[in-house]
Amino acid sequence: MADPLHQFQIQKIVDLPDVTLPGIGPVDLAITNSHVAMTIAFVVVVAFLAIVTGGAKVVPGRLQSVGETLFGMIDNMTDSIIGHDGRKYFPFVFTIFLFILAMNVLGMFLSFTATSQLAITATFALLTFGLVLVVGFARNGLGFFALFWPTGAPLVMRPVVGLIEFFSFMLRPITLMLRLFGNMMGGHIALKVFAGFVATAVIGTAGAAGFFIAPLSLGMTVGLTALEFLVAFLQAFVFAVLTCIYLNDVVNLGHGH
Amino acid sequence: MEAEAAKLIGAGIAMSGMIGAGIGVGNIFGNFVAGALRNPSAAASQVGNLFVGAALAEALGILAFVMGILIWIS
Repeated sequence: MADPLHQFQIQKIVDLPDVTLPGIGPVDLAITNSHVAMTIAFVVVVAFLAIVTGGAKVVPGRLQSVGETLFGMIDNMTDSIIGHDGRKYFPFVFTIFLFILAMNVLGMFLSFTATSQLAITATFALLTFGLVLVVGFARNGLGFFALFWPTGAPLVMRPVVGLIEFFSFMLRPITLMLRLFGNMMGGHIALKVFAGFVATAVIGTAGAAGFFIAPLSLGMTVGLTALEFLVAFLQAFVFAVLTCIYLNDVVNLGHGH
Repeated sequence: MEAEAAKLIGAGIAMSGMIGAGIGVGNIFGNFVAGALRNPSAAASQVGNLFVGAALAEALGILAFVMGILIWIS
């Protein structure tokens, strides 16, 4: 059976000469399949929004209402979770949601899923975590550390609860990164494993049992493909919701929102 | 036992952490449906909470899954 992990390999498409950066060392600038997948996702998002808003009418057409639904969904989300100041953070959440959604969904059509690379999900998680830190310190100053001093708990318990809060805060980028990565990688491995069963049965390696294995595995592949489309949307949505919740923690710090 | 076999068995055992995630996600969706049938008018407003809860429960299973994959390919 073919290696189900082969799809996650980074392959160079156009090899460019290495560049040596001071302090970092040699950097490989080759254009890889990962670059290509992300660029396509970027172009798709920009083109989609350009088409949708190009001929905007008061009564939206079919395409325009798709764009308006996506826009309205994230707008509602930032509004209901972050509250009054939600609009300010809408561009960040919407950008990250659309980009992840485009990469997830394109992963179902291309042979490479950009979000199944740990480096890419880690970048998104660090961006979000960094924004939360910056917003937290900019809005609250050193009052940001009140996040780790739960006034609702009894005084004796506060250091302990605060320590737990601190660790769960520091774990946020890691879980954010691993959730997206794990879901995309897991789903695509399962898809390829079942597709591999079909191929194994069809070429006759499994003998007569192949007559039962092939249709069963093919049905499973079809079902899993449908599930993967759901997961592709759900994971982008969950990433956006969690970004909103983490931003809400620091935006409405101490307001008990 | 050969080291390679032990590694594969270990990877399989590491995946068992996903059992807990399965129970957790099942609990969340089951309770959501139970609650939604009691008060259908409030169900739509809680869908966001539902998916966040499911995602948080699932994250722990994903940690176990990533561990298993790391053991498998290392």
